[in-house]
Amino acid sequence: MLKDITLGQYFPGDTVAHRLDPRTKLLLVIIYIVGLFNANGWASYAFVILITALSMAISKIKPKSALKGLKPLVIIIILTAVLNIFYTGGTPIIEGWIITWEGIARAVMMSLRIILLIVGTFMLTYTTSPIALTDGLEIMLNPLKKIKIPVHEMSMMMSMALRFIPTLIEETDKIMSAQKARGADFDSGNLFQRAKALLPILVPLFVSAFRRADELAVAMESRCYHGGKGRTRMKQLRMQGIDAWALLLGAAFLAVIFVMKRFGL
Amino acid sequence: MSEIKVSGLRHVYSADTPFEKIAIDNVNVEIPHGQLVGLIGHTGSGKSTFIQHLNGLLVPSSGTVLVDSVNINGDKAAARDVRFKVGLVFQYPEYQLFEETVYADIAFGPKNMKLTESEIDERVREAAALVGVGEELFERSPLELSGGQKRRVAIAGVIAMRPGVLILDEPTAGLDPAGCQRILETICDYREKTGSTVVIVSHSMDDVARIADRLIVFNHGSIRFDGTPEEVFSNPKELSDIGLSVPAPTQIASALREQGVEIEGSVYTTEQLLAALLKLKKEVGRNA
Repeated sequence: MLKDITLGQYFPGDTVAHRLDPRTKLLLVIIYIVGLFNANGWASYAFVILITALSMAISKIKPKSALKGLKPLVIIIILTAVLNIFYTGGTPIIEGWIITWEGIARAVMMSLRIILLIVGTFMLTYTTSPIALTDGLEIMLNPLKKIKIPVHEMSMMMSMALRFIPTLIEETDKIMSAQKARGADFDSGNLFQRAKALLPILVPLFVSAFRRADELAVAMESRCYHGGKGRTRMKQLRMQGIDAWALLLGAAFLAVIFVMKRFGL
Repeated sequence: MSEIKVSGLRHVYSADTPFEKIAIDNVNVEIPHGQLVGLIGHTGSGKSTFIQHLNGLLVPSSGTVLVDSVNINGDKAAARDVRFKVGLVFQYPEYQLFEETVYADIAFGPKNMKLTESEIDERVREAAALVGVGEELFERSPLELSGGQKRRVAIAGVIAMRPGVLILDEPTAGLDPAGCQRILETICDYREKTGSTVVIVSHSMDDVARIADRLIVFNHGSIRFDGTPEEVFSNPKELSDIGLSVPAPTQIASALREQGVEIEGSVYTTEQLLAALLKLKKEVGRNA
């Protein structure tokens, strides 16, 4: 059951989107977010949706898997919509009600904005392996090394954390089954009893996480890892022709959004 | 003392996704009570998935599992009861130890059964004695023990529930030969004392062949062979085709037969091989 979490999952493939440089994709996502937050009218929303749908088609993401990624955030989306419906002034739908036409319009726009935001970032993690993503991020943040920010160490920690998420999920599953086999009950009782029932899972999980961390540190040291200084890469990231085209299209997208904003669309 | 009846069992992981995988398909088995069954198959053959159905941890995609004629997936109460009736010891069980003391950890199962204090105490002592964990260790933290001790404590934690069926997934994995021997002896002891049904999952033929009444060989999610060790080991070629080998004594015996040495009967333990060779030696001496 824990295996069904899809948030930020990578699906290997060979589409144009998969072949783009991770740095390009990171920039494109930033451009996309800026564009999304500057879209204020129905026409510009329609444009963003169109672009999103196009990019999804290019990277061969099934709408079903994108929707699955939205699942954990349904509550936030609903909450945003409800708050906007009730707290926006304007002309009421029926005289005397607090629900206004403006409120409904705003609620729809806000929910759309959150959904598009998630789907947009989902496309990044869907088409980019975690390793490539942290590599790209490290190179983009390289200038910060000048002011003594440990960029390499931070990205190394990030890739390790990402690497161990599935491992720990699997481990949790195993420990849960083992304790269930000894009659542990996780699904009944009040909140306090349930929290207490988690102890037989958390203790072994922490023990094994520390053990793994220890083993990993030894393995890294015995291969002479000593931080980022003078470290070279096996896979050099190189910008290609398609990256230039993709960025050009991104800039065009942003331009269209700003023009539309100018005309209040 | 419990019997298990599995019919038409099928399990599909991640159904309706790109990662869909049929783990086991069309498995039909009857295990009468008191039998010691060895479950053999290489990694990914579905044996671990299969045993998790026997105590209701996994719910079959289709098919039924009956324990003492009760459908264990029938209702919630049955699903919980079966956890105590069918004790499952996972692979590397030492990683599930969590209590502050060895005693408390062994008592976790019986406590979940809502037994009285004195009953729990009795069962903990009995289980600890059976696996060879001395009472001087009771107040120690389970995390301080050695690997072999930890594993014995973990097995005691399941035995303390006095399950009618004891299932062990690779109980000897990662132990030294002496540790393996002790674990196997413990399992035989438990069976002798309680008359329980025992299922041992393994990929090591030599270990299981010695103690099992019956061997079930899994391959690609279904049963390939099912019978006495003698019957199963009479198919060395088919076994090696699915990535398994017959025990070393059987291999030696068949190699000798190929050389023209007449070895009678079936040979799958060291003792049998020794007996057959001694008999041969006697005959040779008589003829000479």
